[in-house]
Amino acid sequence: MEIPYAVYPRPDTGIYNAKVGIWLFLASEVMLFGALFSTYIILRTGLVEWPHGELNVWLGMANTFILIGSSVTMVMAWAALKMRNFGRHRVYLIVTFLLAGVFLVNKYFEYADHFRRGEGPWHTTFLAIYYTLTGLHGLHILGGMVVMAYLIGPGSRLWAKQPEQFTNRVEYTGLYWHFVDLVWIFLFPILYLL
Amino acid sequence: METIVHEFPPYREGETAHAPEAHGHHEDIGFWRKYIFSSDHKVIGIQYGFTALCFMLFGFFLMLMMRWQIAHPGAPMPVVGPMLAKLLGQPAAGGIMSPELYNSFGAMHGTIMVFLAIVPLAFAAFGNYVVPLMIGAPDMAFPRVNMASYQAYVLGGIVMLVSFFIPGGAAQAGWTSYSPLATSIPTAGQLFWIIGMVLLITSSLLGAVNFIATIIQLRAPGMTWMRLPFFVWAQFVTAFLLLLAFPPLEAAALMQLMDNAAHTSFFLPTGLAVGGQLAHISGGGSPLLWQHLFWFLGHPEVYVLILPGMGIVCEIIANNTRKPIWGYKSLVYSVLVVGFLSFIVWAHHMYLTGMGTTIATFFQATTMMISIPSVIILTCLFISLWGGSIRFNTPMLFALGFLPMFGIGGLTGLPLGLAPTDIPLHDTYYVIAHFHYVVAPGTIFALFAGIYYWFPKMTGRRMNEFWGRVHFWGSLVFMNLVFMPMFAQGIEGMLRRMADGGANYSAARVPGALNTLPNDIMALHTWILWAAIALGLAQIPFIINLFWSINRGEKVRSDNPWEATTLEWQAPTPPPHGNFAEPPQIYRGPYEYSVPGHATDFTPQNEPDRPGAPALSPAH
Repeated sequence: MEIPYAVYPRPDTGIYNAKVGIWLFLASEVMLFGALFSTYIILRTGLVEWPHGELNVWLGMANTFILIGSSVTMVMAWAALKMRNFGRHRVYLIVTFLLAGVFLVNKYFEYADHFRRGEGPWHTTFLAIYYTLTGLHGLHILGGMVVMAYLIGPGSRLWAKQPEQFTNRVEYTGLYWHFVDLVWIFLFPILYLL
Repeated sequence: METIVHEFPPYREGETAHAPEAHGHHEDIGFWRKYIFSSDHKVIGIQYGFTALCFMLFGFFLMLMMRWQIAHPGAPMPVVGPMLAKLLGQPAAGGIMSPELYNSFGAMHGTIMVFLAIVPLAFAAFGNYVVPLMIGAPDMAFPRVNMASYQAYVLGGIVMLVSFFIPGGAAQAGWTSYSPLATSIPTAGQLFWIIGMVLLITSSLLGAVNFIATIIQLRAPGMTWMRLPFFVWAQFVTAFLLLLAFPPLEAAALMQLMDNAAHTSFFLPTGLAVGGQLAHISGGGSPLLWQHLFWFLGHPEVYVLILPGMGIVCEIIANNTRKPIWGYKSLVYSVLVVGFLSFIVWAHHMYLTGMGTTIATFFQATTMMISIPSVIILTCLFISLWGGSIRFNTPMLFALGFLPMFGIGGLTGLPLGLAPTDIPLHDTYYVIAHFHYVVAPGTIFALFAGIYYWFPKMTGRRMNEFWGRVHFWGSLVFMNLVFMPMFAQGIEGMLRRMADGGANYSAARVPGALNTLPNDIMALHTWILWAAIALGLAQIPFIINLFWSINRGEKVRSDNPWEATTLEWQAPTPPPHGNFAEPPQIYRGPYEYSVPGHATDFTPQNEPDRPGAPALSPAH
């Protein structure tokens, strides 16, 4: 038995199954982070004072550009497959993976710096929000890296057998990756700048 | 266009086991792959159904023990008391239910019934088994995601069950888990509850994505949106509710997890005192925020509980009145409107929180608005009965029972939707009676109807009709005897969540004291206890009937024993892996019963206009 439209788009909807799935998943993710951003607004407006300058803006900015860069390389990795250039695809995907790793290493330095000063999530409401939001975002980065590692490693064998399906996998991994970047684009200003 | 000519019925018994399969699925895949780690939507549907029924029985037993405690506060429980004392130790010492144990049973009864019994049964079990068949698909869009969804559900259920046996017992803060109460109770039960919930939410999200993608992508040729059976529409909207309403609760659960484990203060206000001592917290959190996030899920969840039930009832009514459903399009548009509006009514659970009259006005207005499409759905189903030649079989009895029972549940909800009448009724037994009428004789009756109705498709045998009727009448009578008195108790002011049934709180046993609950209202506790026990006994015929009929029930003589129009009945019985021998082509709407001039009083969706004639061009 074969599931229809698993690889090629259904003519009347113009989309293949997994892409519908990933968009729906991202819709639920919007609601997840939406609730957390609402929490940020409600708790912040309820507080008398809100701490400023607790975070290293330069490190945060560096991470922002790292993620934006990784989004670009992710698109290039997919585009390379569309041009049937598997070698270039691998280079771009590995670069994306490494950029994600650099992001997490930076994040580790930030966390470690706070913990050295004894500032855990229990310390203030700001830090509670900071750790929860960036922590959950970090888990999403980690999840993306696991998928990318699979696509670089054992998953890449699919290219030889089913190039279309492999390209699809890279495409919706990319959709997820752009979403994770987008969340950071919102997290950076509300936590580091405002 | 290649023409496929269908003989009707397309498949006959005997041929089914050898349905032509292009990809050779007859190789032996072994017991574990076939029944335990299956990715076949039908097996997963049955797995979900069986597990959910077990949880439903378990939740029912929790409730029975609580009813004993309410009716006889402080008296040792007969029969189960000593067992409970041995199993749980201190909280059930001497076979007496302690207030802490009562609280955790209450919290877990709600959690189990909503998240582990009704939703998995209504949405996941029936959805999995029936939806792909109804739309003519070979399976769900993502079979392995489907399997993962079931496994996450089982894991969540295990975490919930294990929490009964940890020191301090299961969560005690009610199924709503309001903070700061939920964070202040010194037991790890709440932690287990949160982790269990995250697993159940994950399961629901995977299921929801899968259902929506399946319905969008895998409809057979010719199965246009307005040819979908109403059940599919109901599941479609339900899936969207789960997809979009559950993540905020997941976010809230994560924050409560942080409050519990990392000692943050998301939901803990400044100056919180626990046990007379100022709590060591940073403060600055908002208990109201938890309530908003919880009810943002909580209210759509109500429609998650009821919409699949309405879908099932609609299918059965169409089939057993032998005429088209009245107002199919109104039903579809109403269910869409219900789905949308259910996202903006949540704060009607919170009139007592002091959120302000402006916000209360908004939510009162939306709450009154959402009753309009709900009433349209119910009215369409009622009018569908008009002029039908009704067959009173067991599924139909349960479907007919659903209509007035859900009606009672829905109409008694109106006073709760308006702040002035809600405030005195808030947190009383009136609320308990109201939502139990919606879910117990409402949804559960629809689920029973669905089990009796689709059983022949799953097994090739019917359930026993006589014992089905016994089950129906017993359930109908005792459900009402259990829940109807609660309206009276609630109006008199009896609060829910009182471990002694209000004996102490209301000073009911002190004659002549002010503001007591009248003795006859208190006496209803005993009445309800015995009605609940009788309700439990009324389920025994069902349980025996269900298992007995799998192998011994009366064999059906065709794939379509109810003479239904929808596609699942045109598939072989039971449908093999991959469902249809050849992809079905759909020519008509879902409810073409008693079409004038047609040889039979039903015209299946995949029957061409004139047998043997070239097919009309499919709608796509």
